[in-house]
Amino acid sequence: MAGNPQGKARAAAEDAARASYGRLVAWLASRSGDVAAAEDALADAFRAALEHWPQRGVPDNPEAWLLTAARRKLIDGARKRRTRSDAEPALMMAAEEAEAAARAAPGFPDERLKLLFMCAHPAIDEAVRTPLMLQTVLGLDAARIASAFLASPAAMSGRLVRAKRKIKSAGVPFDPPDKTDLPDRLGPVLAAIYAAYGTGWEAVGGAEAEIEDLTREAIYLAELAVSLIPDQAEVWGLMALMLHAEARKKARRAGGAYVPLERQDTGLWDRRMIARAERALAAAWRLGAVGPYQLEAAIQSAHAASRLHNRDTSADIAMMYDGLVAIAPSAGAYVGYAAALTAAGRHENAVEALEMIGDKAAERYQPYWAVRARIMKNLGRGTDADAALTRAIGLSRDPAVRAFLNAEKNR
Amino acid sequence: MKYLFLLYDNEDAWDTIEEAKRNEIYGAYTAYTEALRKADAYLGAAPLPHSRGGKRVRESGVQDGPFADGKEQLGGYYMIEAENLDDALDWAARCPCAAIGHVEVRPVWNIGG
Repeated sequence: MAGNPQGKARAAAEDAARASYGRLVAWLASRSGDVAAAEDALADAFRAALEHWPQRGVPDNPEAWLLTAARRKLIDGARKRRTRSDAEPALMMAAEEAEAAARAAPGFPDERLKLLFMCAHPAIDEAVRTPLMLQTVLGLDAARIASAFLASPAAMSGRLVRAKRKIKSAGVPFDPPDKTDLPDRLGPVLAAIYAAYGTGWEAVGGAEAEIEDLTREAIYLAELAVSLIPDQAEVWGLMALMLHAEARKKARRAGGAYVPLERQDTGLWDRRMIARAERALAAAWRLGAVGPYQLEAAIQSAHAASRLHNRDTSADIAMMYDGLVAIAPSAGAYVGYAAALTAAGRHENAVEALEMIGDKAAERYQPYWAVRARIMKNLGRGTDADAALTRAIGLSRDPAVRAFLNAEKNR
Repeated sequence: MKYLFLLYDNEDAWDTIEEAKRNEIYGAYTAYTEALRKADAYLGAAPLPHSRGGKRVRESGVQDGPFADGKEQLGGYYMIEAENLDDALDWAARCPCAAIGHVEVRPVWNIGG
């Protein structure tokens, strides 16, 4: 991606454009209550910025640049269009106000926190929260979001439009929660960011490099959340978790073939990113409020340590999973717990952990069968292991994973 | 809701494929079918031989295959039961054909129950 200096400059200019865009959408939408109108007003200007800034450099006052361009478009548009949206006058006024703010102060006010909480508001359908966040905060287009979430572009656009209409008509509040509500309201925000990461993570090595880039966007969102709410331990925990995973990105494939963690070439791991992950985790611990993301990050940290320092951390990992399923039971946590238990030689306990996932949930859950196969093999039950492997192969999306499991079966 | 998956791939590639690779793909289809069955989503499926054995019938007459109207040809189908389109797309993405060629997903009209 951004390996060469030119690529880095391009990525930096794009980040700057996304940051300014997000700040302006937040500013305009929180004043007009209309996210869609704010996005529409900025869409052309944002596109122009993505095109011009990487070539000509980021302007000294990026928000003012975008607003000037947007205002010109708004005026043009109002002239051309016969029907004008109700929000237009309010938006024009807000844009003028924002422009004054952008020119007066060196730093434009950052109200993107409002956007993060709005996108993950309980009134918004859970399935659309991450797409909404990617679109409003980062300005990703609906087609790209659709391909990442395996929806048709038309269906995804429709979902996003409906969500924004709901925000406008139901008056989903734009104010971030106060101190007492914050921990409860933070959960969905972090879940939405993590879902963006997971979607990008699954695409690694696939044909869709653009989806893979979602991991970068998710880390950007986590960095944003950390800068806006640095006193919440779980925000740091989430960032540490994603950085640990991201650091191993290059090692997860060798010539297109899937490589499991225990066989990865650690020389391909990004050691600087691992160090960043460890610093984020330390920052989380210092705040003294343990949560699931911190535990998951600590588990990844232990995995890294076991490979890098050749230490058997399997018992520690099993213990941390024990804590994780106690505070945040989920299919993913139980699968991880079962994998850790069988790695620590506790195969019978591993079966019990796996059985905590109901049959119905397991029906379509590929990792369940992959881990079940490993446990059965460790128990010497070859036929059961093969049956589980077949289920895992049948439920895989990624051809590299399918090929890997197939090779396991024939070993 | 019933959905029909139409599986399109480069059928000529099957003539020259290595045996190990062919077996791997067959195995993947078998496993996929099994996963659909176990989830009570399977209604039917069949692979189709090369389109050189196919015929097209119109008023003007009968045309022999193969049909050179695209790189990828219909090579099989699945009929599945899914809750909704999202659910069907989720299954389609797991179909081995999605990684080799493409899977066309079509809702099926229920006529006469």
